[in-house]
Amino acid sequence: MSNQIIQGILLGGYYALIACGLSFMFSVMRIINLAHGSLAVLSAFALWLLASRFHISPFLGLLIVLPLMAAIGWALQRFLLERSARGGALLPILTTFGLAIVIDNLLFEQFGADTRSLAPFIGSLSYDSWEWPGGIYVGKLAVIIFITAVVLLGGLQLFLTRTGLGRSIRATSADPDTAGLVGVDARRAMAVAAAIAMVTVGLAGAFLGMRATFDPYAGAPQLLFAFEAAVIGGAGSLWGTLVGGIVLALAQTLGAQVHPQGFQIGGHIAFLIALFIRLSASGLGLRGLLRLPARKAS
Amino acid sequence: MSAVAPIIERGTATSRIAAIAAALIIALLAIAPQFLSAGAVDRITALFIYVILAAMWNALAGFGGLVSVGQQVFFGLGAYFSIRLANTGLNPFVSLFVSAIVVGAVSWPISLFMLRLKNGEFAIGMWVIAALTHLLVNLDRLVQGETGTSLISLNVYDASTRRVTIYWLALASMTALLAILFGLLRGSTGAAIRAIRDNEDAAASIGVRVTGTKRLLFVLAAFGIGIAGALWLATSITFQPKTYFNVQWTAYMIFMVLVGGIGTFEGAILGALLFFLIETWFGSAGVWYLIGLGATALVFSLLLPRGLWGTLEERFGWRLLPVGYRVRLPINATDTTDEIVSPVQTTTSREKA
Repeated sequence: MSNQIIQGILLGGYYALIACGLSFMFSVMRIINLAHGSLAVLSAFALWLLASRFHISPFLGLLIVLPLMAAIGWALQRFLLERSARGGALLPILTTFGLAIVIDNLLFEQFGADTRSLAPFIGSLSYDSWEWPGGIYVGKLAVIIFITAVVLLGGLQLFLTRTGLGRSIRATSADPDTAGLVGVDARRAMAVAAAIAMVTVGLAGAFLGMRATFDPYAGAPQLLFAFEAAVIGGAGSLWGTLVGGIVLALAQTLGAQVHPQGFQIGGHIAFLIALFIRLSASGLGLRGLLRLPARKAS
Repeated sequence: MSAVAPIIERGTATSRIAAIAAALIIALLAIAPQFLSAGAVDRITALFIYVILAAMWNALAGFGGLVSVGQQVFFGLGAYFSIRLANTGLNPFVSLFVSAIVVGAVSWPISLFMLRLKNGEFAIGMWVIAALTHLLVNLDRLVQGETGTSLISLNVYDASTRRVTIYWLALASMTALLAILFGLLRGSTGAAIRAIRDNEDAAASIGVRVTGTKRLLFVLAAFGIGIAGALWLATSITFQPKTYFNVQWTAYMIFMVLVGGIGTFEGAILGALLFFLIETWFGSAGVWYLIGLGATALVFSLLLPRGLWGTLEERFGWRLLPVGYRVRLPINATDTTDEIVSPVQTTTSREKA
């Protein structure tokens, strides 16, 4: 059992990695990017293309793909999100959903329905493991992913608190208009935030490809995992996403123990429970949820 | 200048003609199967289902301000409960509608939970609900996982009876659902619904029951989409969870409503009609067709967020099926006494509908 718990915690690192970009964009721009998962899969395909066609190792490939993802993030904010956010809170949902459909189907058009993996291109790393005390074997890749997640979250935290650019992003996230009054370029801060978020998405896509398989329509489940981890951890909190990712992964592990098809069910149920607790904590509780609408003040 | 009483209209001459035309079209559609080929009857049945989907998603998003990307949950459940009910020996056609009622009933507890979420969180939270429901339905032995099952009991009817019956049921469901929605929007709830659509906080501050009204729309949309799913099952017989709980159903709804005109009653119908034509012409283009749908939705949300109907309506002041109020001022109001017979002009304070 302790073996599964450790595997679950390590898997949580991956979820934190994919969730932190979603959570970050939500906290700065108040937008949930529905193309989040599809963009991660896009990055995985880009790395796969570099590796299979040009024999560039996925780790080296990141040097090409991550700047590209940053550029995509910047363009996404400047040309799509910024424009659609002016039309209200609902429009960006539709815009990014349309974008997700376009990306998924373009990938399908280009690469077909086959499932791919980056595992063949990273040598023995995909199956090597360390033996920990107690006869527990942990995959090297899983540990690398977890450490990357922790370093990335820590790095983001430092960037947001210690640098001028980070502070201007935080100011924008608190109140873009007031930030503008004190000389912060909110448009630039948001574009930079989107670029950073897409770098984390690119990294998550790389690890998705290394630790598992992916296909053109794999974006949707990744989006759901990211969203669930972000909500469990408390949307907008960086270290919360790590906790959320771990809780999500442990719930999935537990679900798989209960029933062979229970892996995802366990995760979804954990998400709903977390949501329920969050709603209860905001003073609405079970009674609030069940209170008849007719007696409601609003 | 004395105050001139503005004329408040609930319809225009065009809208009265449109109402008659709508009745005529429905009557024509009702007798159409006599003259149409089997294939055409099937296609038009699909069109009716698309209109239901578009109108219901529009009721939720356009009027309730609730954008959901998980509406496929009700589509899938509508089909699933039909299978379940028919399996108990209930007449398959009856079970389609009992199923939709069950879907509506199931949506109520879901609404208690989900309506507390805002915007994007609601949208994707519904998607999680859809994914979870899909997995749970897969666990049902009757469904046999992704292999799926069929509505076998429909096979006791011969193919042509079945086809025409489903056609009429789809036509009747579409008409009834549109009538319910129209009545709801035109009635006193309609004022509350439009107030919420325009500004939720402001609506709440003047005493509109925001949550109750949203819940009504949520349950209505679930019920309607449940009927659509059940009817789709009746036309295709086979039930594969993956097909019915597919997010593409919501993608279609979003496409139809965005292109037609979000938040306008006529827009959803126009969008469904356009989607039907596009599917008929380009559906065979496979993946490029889907890319085109996604790209069109993207472009409309960026450049023409009011959709085709919303834009036309704004430019020309058209009202075919008016659900709101329209305020006009007599043109020669300050002049003399002939204000009653004088032509009227639309003022800038135009109806919000």
